[in-house]
Amino acid sequence: MTLAMSSAAGTPPARNGILLGLLSADPPRSRVLSLLLVAILATLVATPFLIPGSQPIGTAAKICIFILLAASFDLLLGYTGIVSFAHTMFFGIGGYGIAIALNRLGATWTSVAIGLAAALALSAVLAFIIGLVSLRVRAIFFSMITLAVASAMLVLASQLSGFTGGEDGLSFQLPPELRPAFRVLADPVMGIAINGRLLAYYLILFVSLGMFLLLLRIVNSPFGRVLQAIRENEFRAEALGYRVVAYRIAASVIAALAATVAGALLALWLRYNGPDTTLSFSIMIDVLLMVVIGGMGTLYGSVIGATLFVLAQSYLQVLMGTVSGSLAAVPLLASITHPDRWLLWLGILFVTSVYAFPGGIVGRLRRE
Amino acid sequence: MSSSVADTKPGDLPRTPRDWVPLLLVPALMVLAAPLFGNVSSWVTLTTAGLAMGMMIFLMASGLTLVFGLMDVINFGHGVFISLGAYATLLVLGPLAAWGEADSLVLNLSLLGLCILAAMAVTAAVGMLFERVIVRPVYGSHLKQILVTVGGLIVAEQFIHAIWGASPITVALPQTLRGAFVFGDVAIERYRVIAVVIGLAVFGLMHLVLNRTRIGLLIRAGVENAEMVESLGYRIRRLFVSVFVAGSALAGLGGVMWAFYRQTLTAGMGMDVMVLVFIVIIIGGLGSIGGCFVGSLLIALTANYVGFLAPKLALVSNILVMALVLIWRPQGLFPVNRQ
Repeated sequence: MTLAMSSAAGTPPARNGILLGLLSADPPRSRVLSLLLVAILATLVATPFLIPGSQPIGTAAKICIFILLAASFDLLLGYTGIVSFAHTMFFGIGGYGIAIALNRLGATWTSVAIGLAAALALSAVLAFIIGLVSLRVRAIFFSMITLAVASAMLVLASQLSGFTGGEDGLSFQLPPELRPAFRVLADPVMGIAINGRLLAYYLILFVSLGMFLLLLRIVNSPFGRVLQAIRENEFRAEALGYRVVAYRIAASVIAALAATVAGALLALWLRYNGPDTTLSFSIMIDVLLMVVIGGMGTLYGSVIGATLFVLAQSYLQVLMGTVSGSLAAVPLLASITHPDRWLLWLGILFVTSVYAFPGGIVGRLRRE
Repeated sequence: MSSSVADTKPGDLPRTPRDWVPLLLVPALMVLAAPLFGNVSSWVTLTTAGLAMGMMIFLMASGLTLVFGLMDVINFGHGVFISLGAYATLLVLGPLAAWGEADSLVLNLSLLGLCILAAMAVTAAVGMLFERVIVRPVYGSHLKQILVTVGGLIVAEQFIHAIWGASPITVALPQTLRGAFVFGDVAIERYRVIAVVIGLAVFGLMHLVLNRTRIGLLIRAGVENAEMVESLGYRIRRLFVSVFVAGSALAGLGGVMWAFYRQTLTAGMGMDVMVLVFIVIIIGGLGSIGGCFVGSLLIALTANYVGFLAPKLALVSNILVMALVLIWRPQGLFPVNRQ
């Protein structure tokens, strides 16, 4: 794996000190990429006012959450060089933590705190144990064991219906401040009511942004450098005196915690959590596609990948519908351009990007 | 070690000491579990069911572990060959539906045989393509192998959807293979007996090929040190490809057996069972056929016993068995030494 280009931060120039500090001296290093990132951030901030309606704001919230989820996965895949298939398990634990706490203990902020804390604790313990059992022997066990544990967890969540709501999942009430009926300001601003729903959206946006910057800080810390060293050459890192197992386990715990927060945010937004929204294997595949297509080994790749993917999920199918309609006369072509087959095209894009441009979109942009 | 050396005639090479302990696990589990059941009949039924399921898992897992052992390639897309093998039965069941309805054991068994042949042919061909297009460019990098084979899995599953449709398809067992043999109050499903027979036959055949033929010798040598085999003038590449193709065909065979067992086809059915397959090859020791066999039986028997005795625990029993085995032997039951 040669993703070395992502790691060389170099000495930061003095100008833009605060911004650079926020980005942990790891700027996008590409004009197009910077413009894209600024555009994504600005659009996300302005969505409720720019594009009114419940669907755009829902898509925007999903983008924020999946950026965080993909970024935390990239900490494992891109920076540490290990593939986990249990990342959505931690995502689900976060969602269930919030859902169960708010459902059982009532719609208060205390319940949110208790649910989140319990979920974080469970995720940390699970990630630690899985890491200890699998990474101790060989890194390749990790992928298989995470797959096994995650599928057991999925079955567990749908079987323990008394606790998790089973296949139906759990719906719950939010704390009063986040409900649509709550008014922050009496009068609408720019024709948009400033209500609890909007507050919830900005809560998600800023928590995601904060967590993203924190992850950026982590990957650019000395700890992050050791992870990259392990990715590039495990044997040499060990010889230099770094305990590879300990670093890998720590990375997987941190990634699990960030995924838990993302799951909690998704549950807060949907006011619901179930196996299909957070735990399912198809979400795991989605996250994998986001990170690889966006660019492994750079957190900005997750931003681009997640944004593109969520948009594609919402709008690519419409495009494919028109293509498929025009090809209706050709049997196989019509069926592989059918809107339900959109994953086929993303899968092909995924395979080609692993071969042809392992740096993903961001790697491509940075080369120019 | 010293005794085995002393026993041999001078000039003979000392034999590798055999590791018997893991082999005793399966009978030990069967015996130890017996007193937990109130009656003999449910123990017999569950044991045969477990053995049949274990054989099917072994068929599906053996190719994967062999491919890993020889080529150091971990194929996360292996599940697709299972699904593909299952769907390939439709090619035979479509035109020959009458054979399945006929009340004749010969016709029914030849239908099953044809299904297996068709499935193995299809999966072998796709396996060759998969090796060429997906796997070959990423030899040597586990991370890329995992990513690319998952990508291949996504694409291939979508192709199955595109060709056969996205909704589940039901397949019926041939007439005479339905139902059960009944001895007193012990009932043994006929199809499970067939699964055990086919599983044992394949295991025996693999054992013979690996231990008694020249190809098997080369494969075993390749597992230990591929470079050395190559420097002795053998084309290890060709060996790689043929093992990959054979592994895919075995997955296809397992897929047929699994399809008739579940009697429903979905594109994701291979991926669902892959979880068990991964647990099995980890337990057995990556690359070990014998370990894979023992692991399959161990997992399937435990799942059946626990499912009967404590249904709540059944969900985690596989994980628990894996954890226990890894605590005992971190490299699996039969660790494979690589150079």
